[in-house]
Amino acid sequence: MQEGKAGDWVQIRSIVLPPGQRAPQVPDDTQAVPLFMLVKGFLQHAARIGEEATITTVIGRRVTGELVAVNPTYDHDYGRPVPELLSIGPELRRMLWGEEAAE
Amino acid sequence: MTLDRSYQAVMARRNEIMKRALGIDYTEFERSPLAFDYEGMMAKAGYTLEEVRKIQGETGVGNTPLLELKNVTALARKLAPSGKGARIFIKDEAANPSGSFKDRRASVSVYHAKKMGYPGVIAATSGNYGAAVASQAAMRGLKCIVVQEVFDSRGVGQPEIVEKGRKCEAYGAEVVQLSVGPELFYVFLLLLEETGFLNASLYTPFGIAGVETLGYELAEQVRELTGRDPAAVVVTHAGGGNVTGTARGLRKAGCVDARVIGVSVDLSGLHMASDGDFNRKSFTTGHTGFGVPFSTWPDRADVPRNAARPLRYLDRYVTVTQGEVFYVTEMLAQLEGLERGPAGNTSLAAAFAIAQELDEDQVVVVQETEYTGAGKHPTAQLTFARDNGIEVRRGDPRENVPGKRIVIPAHPGQLGVVDVDLDQLRRSYLRNAITNTGVREVSREDIAFLAEDCRASREFVREQLAELGVKLPDQG
Repeated sequence: MQEGKAGDWVQIRSIVLPPGQRAPQVPDDTQAVPLFMLVKGFLQHAARIGEEATITTVIGRRVTGELVAVNPTYDHDYGRPVPELLSIGPELRRMLWGEEAAE
Repeated sequence: MTLDRSYQAVMARRNEIMKRALGIDYTEFERSPLAFDYEGMMAKAGYTLEEVRKIQGETGVGNTPLLELKNVTALARKLAPSGKGARIFIKDEAANPSGSFKDRRASVSVYHAKKMGYPGVIAATSGNYGAAVASQAAMRGLKCIVVQEVFDSRGVGQPEIVEKGRKCEAYGAEVVQLSVGPELFYVFLLLLEETGFLNASLYTPFGIAGVETLGYELAEQVRELTGRDPAAVVVTHAGGGNVTGTARGLRKAGCVDARVIGVSVDLSGLHMASDGDFNRKSFTTGHTGFGVPFSTWPDRADVPRNAARPLRYLDRYVTVTQGEVFYVTEMLAQLEGLERGPAGNTSLAAAFAIAQELDEDQVVVVQETEYTGAGKHPTAQLTFARDNGIEVRRGDPRENVPGKRIVIPAHPGQLGVVDVDLDQLRRSYLRNAITNTGVREVSREDIAFLAEDCRASREFVREQLAELGVKLPDQG
């Protein structure tokens, strides 16, 4: 979805610290990239992806940033089957209870 | 008047922000730039064990089952020398409301916030603690913000942390998600200042008092089930609160002979603040990246004086590899019918090896489990590892290389622990104490404090301080 309307559940992004202004103790690779922040909430006004937008979070805080997603999705999952794990159960049952238990 | 929100200005205000957000005046416990009254702080700023049990009872925290892992024990005995192979028990902390022992830690802070009239609570955490604070806040009707370090600069999130964020949102918390970097603390301070919420830090006396019930309960349960005290209690070690609270609870139960063994996943060589290393980790907690620095300098935390002081309590500290933890996670599911999160099984990996050092009639306790789900699961974490260029294969876990290769043991006999030299950590602790405070001359009281804080003899402390060129008192 490229555009959100007032009241939509959205996610915004903002730069907290740009490259070069990071804390002195961070390593070089981190120093070279910005510290950014993502927050979700209800959009206060119609806005397109990439535009500045103000949201109200679930606890009522108002936050402004670049609109990056409307109806942001959880995309984490259980991953793909891992062959290196699949054989462990039968191996252990065989060790404990013999061949029959593992079949 | 508008406050200056720049990084430097906010960091400069940190002490005043913290004082208001913690509701504890730490200065009354300070004795010198080095020493403070630890037990005085725990007694005065915290709650008693009886009070904590009551507080936790109100929100369904604690009294989790202690389960005997009979099949895992039988397997360990097949691998152990004759007569060896202690009974392995596990404290099923996943049975807490939000699915981990962290509910114990959150329960007291959130209770305290409510009692003191704070409108809400904030926690800076990428771990299960966020969900715990959010869940407790939901029960007590307080607002909650959780600040997480989630992404690398490409915007790729650690699956374990993304799941924990989802869980916080499920309990009605606002989740502020950040890319890699210790400046998370700056955002955290800004939020504390803006909201006036309580800092539900992991490291206050409240948090640690909350964990004491875990040690106390498990001592009671082991006695009831076996008629004896545990020989060893194996504790996953990261920031130090789990070790500290559990050990204090064991002592309060009079369980003084049980060895407290800390365990971390070995992630040596990976920099915790590195954007490039961030997603080369296949574990986001319970690892040496927290375990070592928090042992050798507890006061790096988000409170003036950390109530979690692991060197005071560790009898032994060992590491295991990522592959070994995934292996025992599979073992626990397949042999015991308990599907639990990998990070919480760090101590199980060690306990499986340690049980084989102990006699058959002894008892070893794995003191936690955690919930599992999308993202925080062996298949999720290993898929993520592969997608980030990490090699995954079966073999000898000693061939494991953090950030490059995860080796799932080919045989349970390959599971082992690597001992960390506690004296080495004590030396680092003393060096950090001197470097971070800038103290060049110490008193007898300072030496007594340092000796207690790293559990060393005064002679050891004097020797190390002399090497660091610190001026010592004549004796004591």
